[in-house]
Amino acid sequence: MTVLNSKIPDGPLSEKWTNHKNSLKLVSPANKKKLDIIMIGTGVAGAAAAASLGEMGYNVKVFCYQDSPRRAHSVAAQGGINAAKNYRNDNDSVYRLFYDMIKGGDFRAREANVYRDAEVSNAVIDQLVAQGVPFAREYGGDLTTRSFGGVQVSRTFYAQGQTGQQVLLGSYNALKRQEAKGTVKMYPRRQMLEIVKIDGKARGIVCRNLINGEIERYSAHAVVLASGGYGTIYFLSTLAVNSSGAAAYAAYKKGAFFANPSFIQIHPSCIPQLNDYQSKLTLMSESLRNDGRVWVPKGKGDKRHPNEISAEERDYYLERRYPAFGNLVPRDIASRAAKERCDAGFGVGETGYAVYLDFSDAIKAQGKKTIKNKYGNLFDLYNKITGEDPYTQPMKIYPAGHYTMGGLWVDYNLMTTVPGLYAIGEANFSDHGANRLGASSLMQGSCDGYFILPYTIGDYLADEINTGKISTDTTEFDLAEKEVKNKIDNLMSIKGNTSAHTFHKKLGKIMWDYCGMARNENGLLKGLEEVTKLEEEFYKDLKITGDTKTINQSLERALRLAASFEISRLLIRDALNRKESCGAHFREEYQTPEGEALRNDEDYSYVAVWEYTGDGKEPKLHKEQLVFENVKVTQRSYK
Amino acid sequence: MKLTLKIWRQRLPKEKGKFETYYIENVSRDMTFLEMMDSLNEKLIQEDKDPVAFDHDCREGICGCCSMVINGRPHGPGTEITTCQLNMKAFKDGDTIVVEPWRVKSFPVIKDLIVDRSAFEKIMAAGGFVNADVGSAPDANSIKIPKDKSDEAFDAAACIGCGACVAACKNSSAMLFVAAKVSQFALLPQGKTEGLKRAWDMVMKMDELGFGSCTNTGDCEAECPQGISLTHIARLNREFIRAGFHKAAAENK
Repeated sequence: MTVLNSKIPDGPLSEKWTNHKNSLKLVSPANKKKLDIIMIGTGVAGAAAAASLGEMGYNVKVFCYQDSPRRAHSVAAQGGINAAKNYRNDNDSVYRLFYDMIKGGDFRAREANVYRDAEVSNAVIDQLVAQGVPFAREYGGDLTTRSFGGVQVSRTFYAQGQTGQQVLLGSYNALKRQEAKGTVKMYPRRQMLEIVKIDGKARGIVCRNLINGEIERYSAHAVVLASGGYGTIYFLSTLAVNSSGAAAYAAYKKGAFFANPSFIQIHPSCIPQLNDYQSKLTLMSESLRNDGRVWVPKGKGDKRHPNEISAEERDYYLERRYPAFGNLVPRDIASRAAKERCDAGFGVGETGYAVYLDFSDAIKAQGKKTIKNKYGNLFDLYNKITGEDPYTQPMKIYPAGHYTMGGLWVDYNLMTTVPGLYAIGEANFSDHGANRLGASSLMQGSCDGYFILPYTIGDYLADEINTGKISTDTTEFDLAEKEVKNKIDNLMSIKGNTSAHTFHKKLGKIMWDYCGMARNENGLLKGLEEVTKLEEEFYKDLKITGDTKTINQSLERALRLAASFEISRLLIRDALNRKESCGAHFREEYQTPEGEALRNDEDYSYVAVWEYTGDGKEPKLHKEQLVFENVKVTQRSYK
Repeated sequence: MKLTLKIWRQRLPKEKGKFETYYIENVSRDMTFLEMMDSLNEKLIQEDKDPVAFDHDCREGICGCCSMVINGRPHGPGTEITTCQLNMKAFKDGDTIVVEPWRVKSFPVIKDLIVDRSAFEKIMAAGGFVNADVGSAPDANSIKIPKDKSDEAFDAAACIGCGACVAACKNSSAMLFVAAKVSQFALLPQGKTEGLKRAWDMVMKMDELGFGSCTNTGDCEAECPQGISLTHIARLNREFIRAGFHKAAAENK
């Protein structure tokens, strides 16, 4: 028996959201003042939601681990944010944006949620511009756009290569405005460690004050997780080094189901790993593929300088394999194609695991000034890291872990399976299927934060207006605090020989080798065994120095890593269960003769939703069947 | 490379701190400065010592967490970079490197190299926003903005809020930080309505929080990882003076 109710409204696709909004319960302005909401995380989704809810009159308590909400990792998103404005008159529409996302996600996302995102996307651009976000403009003063992977229109709004920063600062500024008005209270430098449930409902959190080590309790009528993804299981990724899925995982252990954990996006264009000391990888925006051409030498092991290799001796393999979309194929496809060429011995750079991204043709055609205007800060960033100048020689790029499509399962109202616990932005699973299209994460985070959650949460809170303040002086809070303290004491008392940093590196290697860009049954089983072994070692040999009463970054890391082990195992289990290839999930056993992902719609057209059943016990699989009423499910083709 | 590191260690905000000297070997030129600090911390953990606490997150120069003064310069040698982008190629075998937190009265040390920058948060809350209620925005293209104005607003908006400008300034002035936000909105029609109030309120808050005055020495611009120009300070001054006149005129009515 399935316990999942996705609450997708009836009616035609284009009317679902409107009808649903009209049916949602409201909370009057006077009653909103009586209601508290906890927001975990201040990226684009969290900051936008907190500011919007504060503006509506709720009391919002906002938590982040950084010293300021402006530092959340949305800040690093580069390329842009999509909307179906059709400002280019290139026949774009809400339906096309919806269709591109459904197809890009390899038909593994919910139609209704994706359509809603596309529908709301235009209002997001309006809102951001009204806030003073300085998007790129034409000389005439209008907003300009560019293209992204997997689409044939130009619908991506951008601010040079710092769109995430600008979009985040827009919502950060809105958050500051609410802080000044007193509707939002900030709690920075807090690590959320436990969700507190009372009578089955999410009623608060227990967190650690990172400055003085105090374990603190906070209560609310609803809790929202906007805590991002778990891509740092690979250790090296494009994520901030302190990002993790630990908050979402804490919710999973408290009864929130986790959906499609194995759907992780490997971004095709990152600066390749340079050495063993490296602590993170840097993204080179997908927008670069608007003008950059991807190639490797036609000859195996050709070690000549790229500028000495003539056009005839180059294999522009994306243009060769996918003439219709060329260099702008979706990320999963571009990543696998790069891996295929490198595995076959055509890769470049010292390790042979890199491909070229070449701007020489674009510079010839458009001039250096135009290219500089579009990508100047990305070129500078590349130059700073590698010491090479992309204006005069091609960039070297290679895929790296980037974004998690999987996340907490939510219904159409963005509520998890725990009443009163919501998940928005990257923390939920709902909109990107098995592969996210470029520039749609800023879009989804903003849609969730500004225009979706603020409406849907009212439907739940309308029944809470008579609840009154929730006390933190209850046995549930006592118990949660005790659990947190025990966890910390356990980690501190291991007193082994190996740092959390070293364990994290080892975990990353296992996950990348066995559950990265390509997966197979034997590898996954081996990976599962190795993660379990490493986890056992972690609890025997971890070493944390320093104390718990001042800032202790090793302890913070160990607490996150404890969750990462468990997420990794859940991820592998999910990858083992899904005996098909779709989007970013590529099982080598299931591919077409051309090496493309081979879906199995008959058996796997569902969201794999995992329920926690206790430590050391197998999680239970639930299935949310995906129904496609508005698109024809086909083999994805970008040829 | 072998290096000698003199690093500021301070366990608690109220405790007295001091420089500790560490010797570190096998530093690769390919490391970033923070990766060198990671390997120092690995060594300290092996020696049962408390690792050096420092703020860091994105490690690609955009989150603004980094807050180290290296050999006397915020974010160390090099121009338009943050500490996380600083490469060890900038140093030589045998070098002694002095690492301190931002030395600013308004940014008290929390631990080691971590400082409390909540004063910046208070300045932003004083006016660093446009009053644009969610859901009331007109169509985005109904607001036309000349490209040069929009580009200049972007240049100001690129501020990452790290505080290097304050740490570089002999007066510990936060003028470049405040100017970046005031100027961004002053250049855009969306920010005009409350423009004068914004300039006034943010400057007043900055003064109240104990930041110093600007004497146009330009160290802030030189050390800014985003290369934010002093011209934004000029624009802030203009806005502020206009705000003063308006205020005086309103009071005389």
